Amino acid sequence: MEDFAFHRPGSVAEAQETLRGTEDSKFMAGGQSLIPLMKLDMAAPGAVVSLTGIDELRGIEQQDGSLVIGAGMTHSEVAESDDVRNAISALAGLAGSIGDPQVRNRGTLGGSVAHADPAADYPAALVALGATVITDRREIAAEDFFQGMFETPLETDEVITSVRFPVPDSAGYSKFPNPASKYAIAGVMVARNGADVKVAVTGAGTGVFRATAFEEALAGDFSAGALDGASVSADGLVSDTDASAEYRAHLVGVMARRAVEACG
Amino acid sequence: MPETGIGAALLRKEDKRFITGKGKYVDDINRPGQAYAYIVRSPEAHASIAGIDASEALKAPGVVAVLTGADMAEDGVGGLPAGWGILFQDGSPMIEPAHPPMVVDRVRHVGDQVAVVIAETKAQAKEAAGLVDVDYQPLPAIAGLSQASAEGAALVWDEAPGNICYDWGLGDEAATDAALEGAAHVVTLDLVNNRLIPNAIEPRAAIGDYDATDDSYTLYTTSQNPHVIRLLMGAFVLGLPEHKLRIVAPDVGGGFGSKIFHYAEEAIMTWASKRLERPVKWTAERSESFMSDAHGRDHITHAELALDADGKFVGLRVNTAANLGAYISTFGAAVPTWLYATLFSGCYTTPAIFANVKAYFTNTVPVDAYRGAGRPEAAFVLERLVHKAAVQLGMDPVELRKNNFIQPDQFPYQTPVALEYDVGDYDGTFDAALELADYSGFGARREEAATRGKLRGIGISTFVEACGIAPSAVAGQLGARAGLFEVGHVRVHPTGSITVFTGSHSHGQGHETTFAQLVSDRLGLPEDQVEIVHGDTAQVAFGMGTYGSRSLAVGGSAIYMAMEKIIAKGTIIAAHLMEAAVEDVVFDKGNFTVAGTDKTKALGEVAFAAYVPHNYPEDLEPGLDETAFYDPKNFTFPAGAHIVEVEIDPDTGVVDLCGVSCADDVGRIINPMIVDGQMHGGLAQGIGQALLESCIYDDSGQLITGSYMNYTMPRAADLPFFKTGHHITNCTHNPLGVKGVGEVGSIGVPPAIINAIVDALSSAGVEHIDMPATPERVWRALQDAQA
Repeated sequence: MEDFAFHRPGSVAEAQETLRGTEDSKFMAGGQSLIPLMKLDMAAPGAVVSLTGIDELRGIEQQDGSLVIGAGMTHSEVAESDDVRNAISALAGLAGSIGDPQVRNRGTLGGSVAHADPAADYPAALVALGATVITDRREIAAEDFFQGMFETPLETDEVITSVRFPVPDSAGYSKFPNPASKYAIAGVMVARNGADVKVAVTGAGTGVFRATAFEEALAGDFSAGALDGASVSADGLVSDTDASAEYRAHLVGVMARRAVEACG
Repeated sequence: MPETGIGAALLRKEDKRFITGKGKYVDDINRPGQAYAYIVRSPEAHASIAGIDASEALKAPGVVAVLTGADMAEDGVGGLPAGWGILFQDGSPMIEPAHPPMVVDRVRHVGDQVAVVIAETKAQAKEAAGLVDVDYQPLPAIAGLSQASAEGAALVWDEAPGNICYDWGLGDEAATDAALEGAAHVVTLDLVNNRLIPNAIEPRAAIGDYDATDDSYTLYTTSQNPHVIRLLMGAFVLGLPEHKLRIVAPDVGGGFGSKIFHYAEEAIMTWASKRLERPVKWTAERSESFMSDAHGRDHITHAELALDADGKFVGLRVNTAANLGAYISTFGAAVPTWLYATLFSGCYTTPAIFANVKAYFTNTVPVDAYRGAGRPEAAFVLERLVHKAAVQLGMDPVELRKNNFIQPDQFPYQTPVALEYDVGDYDGTFDAALELADYSGFGARREEAATRGKLRGIGISTFVEACGIAPSAVAGQLGARAGLFEVGHVRVHPTGSITVFTGSHSHGQGHETTFAQLVSDRLGLPEDQVEIVHGDTAQVAFGMGTYGSRSLAVGGSAIYMAMEKIIAKGTIIAAHLMEAAVEDVVFDKGNFTVAGTDKTKALGEVAFAAYVPHNYPEDLEPGLDETAFYDPKNFTFPAGAHIVEVEIDPDTGVVDLCGVSCADDVGRIINPMIVDGQMHGGLAQGIGQALLESCIYDDSGQLITGSYMNYTMPRAADLPFFKTGHHITNCTHNPLGVKGVGEVGSIGVPPAIINAIVDALSSAGVEHIDMPATPERVWRALQDAQA
């Protein structure tokens, strides 16, 4: 790991000022992806600006049928929050399934969303629930936010402050974890609002995507049986030594059925 | 259960320091004036080196030196030696290429040592290592066995045509061919024994420390056998005499075989410390462990088992290709031969066996002993074949095994593959396992699982292993280049407490407790009066170290023999003190007593007399301090029966281990808690091999599974609660009756797991699945079978 300066400002404004003032610096919001990359010398920022000391990024509140979760909330805090459990229990369950306890105690919602790892869990929740990413300067719909592998419209000095999740009628998440890394090989979030059903898939592709054929099938008949034999095309899915594209395509179908079964 | 001595489940003495973070490992040691080394490793699988330009690195802050293979060659440093020579079937010796600690002009695997950068801090050394400019000219890489054996394959070594190191055979080929020719049934199987990366929790580390005042060297290293390192490095690599070379292997955080071998970094640090006249320390990063610790297994095998009409095994023919990696590691050549093919008789009376092993060089990390070392590979071949035979012949797998077991009255039993088993009761062990597993209740459990949509299967493995390679003379005839005895040194102090010096290093096994129990039991004093010292050539007279589950059987027996000498001498002293005839004095529970009288002297009193010899036998040396070199008469032969039950989710291919029941005959048990712990650890590693772990190289020889992101180690949540039991027969030829337990789990359980999975999938027509049986592999097997 290369030497780097470390800053832990107390406000978003201060964090941005620090970032702008130091060449080659990077925000860190928990460090569960950035630190491993730095240890392997795959990232070597000159300065790291930690966002974990900023009160305005914290908190969970209900707002007009939505749940607004501060970007600085750790996965453990989201998993254990009664507000989250009561409003969107699948989201609490998803947060509680990320990595391991150490990762969940350090990693944050904002950090995961900003990193946009194609095998991370949160992107599936944001897209299926129709969430909105709120930054210091704008609001971005989840589907516009995740643009592919580690790709987002965030500007260098832009900070995610919170994510607004509309509370659905019901939602369920099911994932098949990589046995080594515990990232999703295929993770599927299903959310239903009346006749509107969204199915978002993470892990299987190069970024989160919606399984529209599944959505159509479920819109007419919201049951696991409606997806019997359904699978997504393997074309374009990730194929590596962890899992072939064909197996991932199959797992997306299985996880989708299980996610529907998990819907309350 | 006794509270002390043999059979007591004593808590481990060493755990106080381990679980409070007070263990002292190599990386905890720092020497005055110490510099830090970072190894420049090859990113190429196979390349010639056109040049190394260290000028930029030398200018970097804190850099003391950049040294290369050319510098070592200039100093006359030799190559890392192979500890075992294997012969071709025609009697010619194996191809044994040079193995310099740092390459001179050609790298042969990713991770190969190219140069060492030494600096004031570790960070500076690492930073500067990135500035060493190596001009690699890539050569075609041989990434695995299929490439190595392909017609016209590129050569890893110019002197090894066809990439073959040796083509070795064991057994009676003609008799085996004849048995297969005329057999009623022949069961054939092609299988892969997957390559594993050991992953000890403590990465390797070494500190070379040269003392110019007396021209002596100390090497602190993460080793299972410091004396062996002294011998190999001193005699073959650096040309240093033993009296000027001290090896210290302090607390070591797991080895599993991977810390037996003499590694390049040990020689590099020792050599560099003299060149620079200051201590030089190296600690591997985890990524380096993946690409430089010797790997394990990696076989491709075609096997045929012949049976007569009644299901008696009449012949076994095995053809194996074994991957040795780029160089012959210390015991690399012995593992797929004498530690493998000698086990093909298993528990069975198969009269004709022939094994042919072709060992190949590849552009991969060297392969050597890893927990089980050859025996898991053998058990996997044999027990998979037996399972397939039961299916193919429509026989009960329990009856088929029992019909072929060697019977208790047949011991000593000479197998057709060199070994002579001394004792065992395979039916007794098997019956104990069948009961632990509630084997007869399996049918109901399978039906119940089916109602939940799950495929349930049961698998068996009944196996024999061989521990404590011996005797030295026989091992020497088979190609071993070292002795295989062990040294025990028992020092009774003047007031009666005891220090034992043993050549058997402990790196997790609990020797400090088990060996103290041996002494407590024989000499009759509490364990806390006994200290066990190991891991330092300056303190321990000699030793061959810890591997092959030999510590108790060989090292423990050496301590026992030294105690017999203590008792013999103590008896003479006690007889003198009590004015009795020596032959009338008996020793029991710590006291020398004149038989039939109440005259008695405690061991402590006798010891005191030995060190304050005022009233003392004439012509007897003072002191009570004895050493024994124990060379066993034979291997020991632990045996076991492991039964595994799995449930498979047909939607995903996920295998749930529902039950692992093991009955083992590990010989006499000294500490049942430690034995259970060894079983659990071995089982975890066996489960890792069967379900999770797989070292993968891509076609260009790049190590794909180079981190924990995609090399799956077993975790607690992957393991069920184990049922372990015992059915013991005591070893007949060592004084303790012990056999060994360290490797039993990793040897016995993989075939039981795969047999269970194949059983679960049998209704779909699946006949075999390779390890690791990952969800995708299981799912694919189901798809293919249903297609």
